[in-house]
Amino acid sequence: MTERFVVAIDQGTTSTRCIVFDRRGNLVSVAQREHRQHFPRPGWVEHDAMEIWRNVGKVVPRALNQAGLSIDQIAAIGIANQRETTVVWDRRTGVPVAPALIWQDTRTDLVVEALSRASGAEHIQELCGLPLTTYFSGPKLRWLLDHIPGLAERAERGEVLFGTMESWLIWNLTGGPDGGLHLTDVTNASRTMLMDLRTLDWHPRLLSFFGVPAAMLPQIRSSSEVYGTATAVLPGVRIAAALGDQQAALFGQTCFDPGEAKCTYGTGSFLLLNTGTEPVPSRHGLLTTVGYRIGDEPALYALEGSIAITGSLVQWFRDRLELISTAPEIETLARTVDDNGGCYIVPAFSGLFAPHWRSEARGTIVGLTSYITKGHLARAVLEATGWQTREVVDAMNADSGLELTALRVDGGMTANNLLMQFVADVLAVPVVRPMAAETVSLGAAYAAGLAVEYWPDLEGLRSNWHPAARWVPEMDAAVRTRERENWRRAVERTFDWIRPEEDPARR
Amino acid sequence: MPGQVQSIARAAAILRLLASSSGRLGIGEIARSLNLPKGTAHGIIRTLQDVGFVEQDKTSGKYQLGATLLHLGTSYLDVNELRSRSINWADPLAARSGEAVRIGTLLDGKVLVVHHVFRPDDILQTLDVGSLLPPHATALGKVLLAYDVGAANAVTQREPEPYTRRTLVTARALTRALSEIRDNGWGAEIGEMTPGEAGIAAPIRGYGGLVVGAIGLSGPVDRTCDGSGNPRPALVTYVRDAARAVSRDLGATRW
Repeated sequence: MTERFVVAIDQGTTSTRCIVFDRRGNLVSVAQREHRQHFPRPGWVEHDAMEIWRNVGKVVPRALNQAGLSIDQIAAIGIANQRETTVVWDRRTGVPVAPALIWQDTRTDLVVEALSRASGAEHIQELCGLPLTTYFSGPKLRWLLDHIPGLAERAERGEVLFGTMESWLIWNLTGGPDGGLHLTDVTNASRTMLMDLRTLDWHPRLLSFFGVPAAMLPQIRSSSEVYGTATAVLPGVRIAAALGDQQAALFGQTCFDPGEAKCTYGTGSFLLLNTGTEPVPSRHGLLTTVGYRIGDEPALYALEGSIAITGSLVQWFRDRLELISTAPEIETLARTVDDNGGCYIVPAFSGLFAPHWRSEARGTIVGLTSYITKGHLARAVLEATGWQTREVVDAMNADSGLELTALRVDGGMTANNLLMQFVADVLAVPVVRPMAAETVSLGAAYAAGLAVEYWPDLEGLRSNWHPAARWVPEMDAAVRTRERENWRRAVERTFDWIRPEEDPARR
Repeated sequence: MPGQVQSIARAAAILRLLASSSGRLGIGEIARSLNLPKGTAHGIIRTLQDVGFVEQDKTSGKYQLGATLLHLGTSYLDVNELRSRSINWADPLAARSGEAVRIGTLLDGKVLVVHHVFRPDDILQTLDVGSLLPPHATALGKVLLAYDVGAANAVTQREPEPYTRRTLVTARALTRALSEIRDNGWGAEIGEMTPGEAGIAAPIRGYGGLVVGAIGLSGPVDRTCDGSGNPRPALVTYVRDAARAVSRDLGATRW
């Protein structure tokens, strides 16, 4: 019998990748292609959905060729995607009616401001788990319906379709205008602000609040189930999973039990905690979201804390201050001193995110004395990521009533030993990096393989997970308490910096 | 006597020119000063830039001497950079071989562990990044010594310490072992540090083939060696493939 494999398509913000995995969860081959980022105006970020679809058609065959595989050796396809990015396309021609609006795009700030004053706004978060901000698909879709002439009417008549990236790709993979399946999964739907977190269906009140016609919406399905069979790119192969990228990472890290959490450390960082089969509302500035749903089983929910500036603070230190020439050198520089020398950097570059949500805050460096060297600054840069993680974990513990016992980590910054040790020190729990670095793709592959019985069950997936490194807390409790308090005071000093009339964005 | 290598002579002239000039120089200025075709000068400058001897100003596009030239005597690849660049190759080596993986560099005559990947068997293990290993008794160390004459001489002159009865402690035995490593392109330690434990390592090379570190696995002799006591060929291949992959990422061309 020839060996079979699972294909993951990771449709990310900067690139589209295809990764092939074997039964042990080992990476067999990777192909990647970047797509263009369009910035037509300040705050606007767009992708060409057609370019992304073409890239899928290029990277998938390339990944198969690299490993010398034929299509009949592929057991299933799983998709992980950049979340919240919004595409609307013509059902008959398959052509997008506008560029895709990326999650980072802030053109909807006025839409959001107007909506937040509309009646019923106070009940939105209760239903969908998300606060009204520019990230989510609902406001982006509203903007498109308002600004593309005739679009609202065509949407009412069901002539155009809405979807996040996975919907767009699945529709195209299954035939496009010629019978393409129009569907999304619960995790992606949970980022639209249009889905009721409890019923896992579009909620009429949310649809009317955002003025979205039901006729243009995809059907909401589980994250792991056979949606249909591809007719393009990998004809004959079953499409069996879709998850938003951070949820895919949670799945790839095999955080299947309530209380298990992962943090992906990149430019920004995303911490997700499995909270079990009930959605947990947040009183501490976190998002309530769907973690995943397997077939007909109950959905698993998650609390999410996003940290805007982590790896990007190191990039700033490298590119703007020019104190290091490569990102890993920050560890070398930080190790030239034994501690932060009393110096703290709070990177509130565009305000503070979870759990503070202070848009008027701006970054600060406090505790400067003539004693401070660039080594202390390098430490303060790394410690900022540690303390921001701690703030999110504190909020999660308070919201969920679950005590985090270990943190699973992935992403580029996990190569930084000093940082990982510091995260373990300030959280006072072990920090574990798994051997599989590509947790996003792996999660999509796992969910797909599970649906087609390539893998038997969650236990089978768990047995593929092995720690590659583990950092245990070494910091003295008294030091931790003192430093935590110092960080809290440093954060306070960032508040109230931007006054409404000074904010250039408001002019 | 072999003839002069023209491009090296020209590269030296470019470095002298940049060193003697008060400000940065444009490619046209360099080409005119040395009476070289612009394309030729550009090719040489690009190579000098790749190895860090020349830097280009982002805004003006002009050239100056690189910071690397000032630190020629010190290690040129940051160890944290080495870890960051090899992490994606060290993980699959551990997954494939089923053994623990370490990456090391020489630091003051010892092997500094810069990266450690646990054996994938879920038994509790302790991260030993930052610890120091004896160079003469470990596969990582012997591979590093094989490509560093100065460090190798220092070790052999100092009566290496015996860890087991298999540790190589004479200058002759060690010199022969290092020469074998250079011939084979990889090295092993079999019960030389800890009885019953073995290791296999291969060199990681950067620009121009300079050895900047070693990557290796270690585990019990009965798992890592075959019936006749030699390292299992499959494991040797895994280690060498990983070393080659990291080297390629670091800019080494022939490995």
